[in-house]
Amino acid sequence: MKVRIHVSLKPGVLDPQGRAVHHALEGMGFTGIEDVRVGRLIELDVAEGTSDADLDAMCRKLLANMVIENYRVEKPETVQ
Amino acid sequence: MSFRSAVVTFPGSNCDRDLAVALEQVSGTAALRVWHGDAELPEGLDFIALPGGFSYGDYLRSGAMAARSPIMQAVVRAAERGVPVLGVCNGFQVLTEAGLLPGALMRNAGQTFVCRTVPLRVETSQSLFTAGYEAGQIVRFPVAHHDGNYFADEGTLDRLESEGRVAFRYADQVNGSRRDIAGVLNKAGNVLGMMPHPERAIESEHGSSDGRALFESVVRGLVEA
Repeated sequence: MKVRIHVSLKPGVLDPQGRAVHHALEGMGFTGIEDVRVGRLIELDVAEGTSDADLDAMCRKLLANMVIENYRVEKPETVQ
Repeated sequence: MSFRSAVVTFPGSNCDRDLAVALEQVSGTAALRVWHGDAELPEGLDFIALPGGFSYGDYLRSGAMAARSPIMQAVVRAAERGVPVLGVCNGFQVLTEAGLLPGALMRNAGQTFVCRTVPLRVETSQSLFTAGYEAGQIVRFPVAHHDGNYFADEGTLDRLESEGRVAFRYADQVNGSRRDIAGVLNKAGNVLGMMPHPERAIESEHGSSDGRALFESVVRGLVEA
């Protein structure tokens, strides 16, 4: 079962990387960009039936740092 | 009386020898060396140091992988028993990732790797690590990091300040850290994490010997205790 974990910075946490990308895009002439936030996508291939609780534990204990990041688990019914 | 200390080496650590040299120079006793894959620490340690570097290539987040290594389970147990632990640079990142210190170290606000000697203000002399300094004293330590931008929520920052747990503050803007925090203590006061490198400032040839007092404070505090 393929699962995607989307890790993103919490709202309100300054994202220097996103800001640099924002400036770069504007420097390239793109306009109308309100904000850029850079996150991380982690793809897991796990045993069928791996529980949501286990996936949550993986995220909370390692894949995301809950001090600064949020995560979202994308399960097979939505993963192409 | 001997001073029994250990320096942990993770794959990618690069300041472990510097820390061991500093501890030996100041205490007169060689530091024991411990590998990340070890499950147990040596018996009867007085002090544990986590070095700077790029453990596990900074994969996922700086310090994230090292914080889950076998030896860190033992370090967390030792810290909870009251054994003093110092984490410098990547060692500080490991301590926050392991949950021994609050907050997180994010990418520097300026996006660039910062490598220079910076002035710091010692915020408290009421700790094992800083007893040899005066509160308010300005010291000069090298920094060398990409992820030193200290972040914690406002409530946590207020608590750190009111409990006297901010040990060092940058006297100049360095990396965007909240409230210019460069080093923090845990609630019990036996764990210190800091981005600047005291072990790289222990003799005049280093350009500053201001870091020596930190190791002297620890040795004096523990051996004379």
